[in-house]
Amino acid sequence: MTDRPLAPAPQHPSHTQDAEAPPAEVLAVDGVSVRLAGREVLKDVRFSLRRGEFAGLIGSNGAGKTTLLRVILGLTHPVSGEIRVNGRPSNRHTRARGGAIGYVPQKILLDPDMPVRARDLVGLGLDGQRLGLPRPSRIRRERVDAMLAAVGAERFADARVGNLSGGEQQRIMIAHALISGPRLLLLDEPLANLDLRSEQEVVSLLARIAKEQQVAVLISAHEMNPLLPVMDRVVYLAAGRAASGPADEIVRTEVLSELYGHHVDVLHVHGRVIVVAGRGDAPHAPPTPGPEETARTW
Amino acid sequence: MPAIFEPGFFTSSPVHVALVAGGAVAIVSAVIGVFTVMRGQSYAGHAFSDISVTGGSGSFLIGISPLWGFAGASVLAAAIMDLIGIRKPRGRDLATGIVRGAGLGLAALFLHWDTTQTSASGVTITVLFGSMFTIASSIVPVIVAFSLVSLGVAALLYRPLLLSTVSTDLAFARGIPVRLAGAAFLAAVAVAVSLSAMTIGAILSTALLVGPAATAMRLTSRPALAFAWSALISLAATWLGVLLAYDSFYWPPGQHGWPVSFFVVTLIFVFYLAAQPVASRRARAGRASAPAGGE
Repeated sequence: MTDRPLAPAPQHPSHTQDAEAPPAEVLAVDGVSVRLAGREVLKDVRFSLRRGEFAGLIGSNGAGKTTLLRVILGLTHPVSGEIRVNGRPSNRHTRARGGAIGYVPQKILLDPDMPVRARDLVGLGLDGQRLGLPRPSRIRRERVDAMLAAVGAERFADARVGNLSGGEQQRIMIAHALISGPRLLLLDEPLANLDLRSEQEVVSLLARIAKEQQVAVLISAHEMNPLLPVMDRVVYLAAGRAASGPADEIVRTEVLSELYGHHVDVLHVHGRVIVVAGRGDAPHAPPTPGPEETARTW
Repeated sequence: MPAIFEPGFFTSSPVHVALVAGGAVAIVSAVIGVFTVMRGQSYAGHAFSDISVTGGSGSFLIGISPLWGFAGASVLAAAIMDLIGIRKPRGRDLATGIVRGAGLGLAALFLHWDTTQTSASGVTITVLFGSMFTIASSIVPVIVAFSLVSLGVAALLYRPLLLSTVSTDLAFARGIPVRLAGAAFLAAVAVAVSLSAMTIGAILSTALLVGPAATAMRLTSRPALAFAWSALISLAATWLGVLLAYDSFYWPPGQHGWPVSFFVVTLIFVFYLAAQPVASRRARAGRASAPAGGE
C-alpha cells in the first residue's frame, strides 16, 4: 500500500448537511434483494441519497457494489424491493429516457486507433441515444465546451480518448455522464488504477460537482480512505447487506462486526481507517471469510 | 505515349455502369467499413466475403443475378452468426468461424457444379474477383437501392452505434438497445459486402471494406471526417481503377485489359501506405499535447 496524504481524522468526516430545508430525495433504495445464478448477492439493502450528497459505496471485491449500481440503473432486476430515482421507479423503461442517471462504468479499454476525440464522447453524453445524424450547432458546441471546462479537460479536448491517461479518461467519462444534467451520478470504481495525484483530483472534482450542481454522487470503491475527507455518507456493503450513514457512525467496530456477521476491528492509523478481520486479542484470525484474512486497508 | 483517358472512355456504356455501380458500392463499403473496423468486426466482414462466394456460385446454378446470391447468403449468414452469439466477446470469432467454414464448404460444391455441369465459363473468376465491366445494366438500380438502404441504416444508427462502439456499458446506461443496433449493423455489413462482391469480387470485398476505413482512421481523429475520408479514398480508388483498367486495353504487349479489381485493391493499398507519414506526424503531435498522468 502506497503512502497517501493524511486524510482528516475519520471521527470527524466533513459533513455539510445543513439542518434547514431538507434537500429533495434523489435516490431511494428500498429493501432491495438480488439473486444472481442462485446466489443471494444483495439482501434487503436500503438507503437513500439527497441532492448534493456525496456518498461512497464501500465494500471488498465481490461485495455486490457493481450489482447494486446495475440495479439502480435498471439493468439488473431485484427479486424484491424497489428503486426510486427522483421519486419514480427505476427500471428499463425509465432508463430509456436517458439522462436521468449519469453513469461512469468500471475502467473501460478505449482503443487509441478509434477516431473519437474527448469532445466527441462528451457530446455523445448529450444525444448519443438519438437516431439520425447529429446536426452541429453552436449551442451544442458551447455546452460541450462548458462541460469540458467544468471537469478541467480543455487541454486534451481534441485528443483521441484512447490516447488519454487514466485520470484524463475519468474526467471525460464524468463529463459524458454529467452533460445531460442528471440529478444522480453513479461511478463504478472510478479511482481504480489511478495514480495518487489523479485520484485526489478526481475525488475533489466529484465533491465540487456534487455541491455546485446539487447532484447526488454515489461512488463505489474498495478503498474508502481517499473518500473520507469529502464523503457525506458511507454505504458499506458486506456479505450482501448494507449499512448506511455518516462515516463516523458506520465505520465502527460494533456496526461493521454486525454487518459482517463476525468480529472485525476498525483501526485508526494516522488518520486512515483500517478494517481488520478477527478479534484484537486473538492470536489468530478466525477462518471465516471476512474482510480479509490478513490486515489490509479498506 | 498512352493517354490518360483512352478513346471511348466517356462514351462506353460498360464504363458508365462500372462508374455508377462501382462508385455507389465504394461509398457504402467505406462508410460501413469505418464502423466495422472500429468495432473490431473485420473478421466478420471477411466471413461475409467468403460466404458471398457460396451465394454467388449458387446463383449461377439457378440462373439469377449473382447479386441476389451474394446478398441472400451474406444476410442469412449474419442472422445465423447473431443467433450463435456474435455479440459475446468469445462468441464473436466462434460464430464467424463456424458459419464461414460451413459456407465455404458449400461454395466448393457449387463451384464444382458450376464448372462441370453448366456452360458458364469463367464463373469462378467472376465470383471471386468480380468484373465491373460486365455488370448487367439491369441490376444497377438494385445495386443503387441496396446502397441507399445500407447507408440509411448507418446514418440512422450513427450515434447509438458510435457510443456502443466506444463502450457497450455507456450505451446500455443510456437505454440504447445495443443488441438490436448490433444486429441491424451486422445486416448492413452483410449487404455492403455483397455489393462489393458484385464490383470487385467476393474474395476481394474485404479490401474495400477495411482498407479505406483503416486509412481514414490514420488520417483524422474526428469521427465524421473519418467517414468522409474513407468514402473519398474508396471512391477515388474505384474510379481510378476503372480508368486504369480501361486504359490497360491499350497498353503493350497488347489488347488484353488487366482486371479492374487488381487496380482498385492495389490503389487502396497504396493509399494506406501513403497515409503513413500523416499518421506518424499525428501520433507525435498527440503524444506532445497529452502527456501521461493527470494535469
